Amino acid sequence: MRRKNTALFLDAKDLEILKALQEDSRQTYTAIGRRVGIAHSTVYDRVRRMELQKVIRNYTTLVDLEKAGVKKIMAIMTVYTDPKETESVASKLAQSPEVLEVYTSLSDELLIMAKVVAASQEGLHAFVANSIAPMNGVLRIRTSIITRKVKETSLLIGDYLEGLHL
Amino acid sequence: MSSDASSKILRAVPREKAFYFFTSLGNYTGASATSLKEFMERVNEVNVKSLEFHLYRADFEKWISEVLEDAWLAGEVKRLQKFGLTGEPLRNQLYLTVSRRFKRLTSPPGSVQF
Repeated sequence: MRRKNTALFLDAKDLEILKALQEDSRQTYTAIGRRVGIAHSTVYDRVRRMELQKVIRNYTTLVDLEKAGVKKIMAIMTVYTDPKETESVASKLAQSPEVLEVYTSLSDELLIMAKVVAASQEGLHAFVANSIAPMNGVLRIRTSIITRKVKETSLLIGDYLEGLHL
Repeated sequence: MSSDASSKILRAVPREKAFYFFTSLGNYTGASATSLKEFMERVNEVNVKSLEFHLYRADFEKWISEVLEDAWLAGEVKRLQKFGLTGEPLRNQLYLTVSRRFKRLTSPPGSVQF
């Protein structure tokens, strides 16, 4: 099985390695090799190739901010834009450290959705009022503060392989 | 007041110093004002919830004082908070306050205002 990923081809072994790493990126190449059925040196070579080709972008740590005592508020911001300026607004938003995620959508109106973090509700308002509203092409903004997180995850290669999402 | 001082208050400010009308925290209406004249016009047409939101947070007086540099009007707008107005009565009173000031500033020197 070979899957095309931009200019890169990944085979079933690559995908199984990615699945193993997404589940636990701290496990050894030996453990991954045993699971996938290849030598640890082959796992190393394949991981290295996927790192160089940016299929593997990063190894990070998921921190429970609440348990770590970090008091932040999160909000989902919907920015309605002039279609001519949408790309520019989205790029500027993406450069702000307060903005964690940016998406564009073509619904009834062209809009941008962004996940924003701030220290307080006033801090969030100040950011929207001073940094987002003045941008050229911003028509109006709806901001919803997140009061409870029910689920947060990302698409896992394992789910993809098993056809659960796609 | 000198014509220079009036002109300063009546000038258009850059977009980043404009007043942006919100109805609540983070919810921008799309209306903004870059001058006293535009501000007066927006007061007349923006969602009245926005006027309630900004008046009682002292956003109007802050912008009028710090950006337009009109201490006198900022004081008058601040006084409106004491009346506890909401809805259309608030809009009418705020418009009256701002439009009187605008008229005074745009009148020829020496003319009498009633």
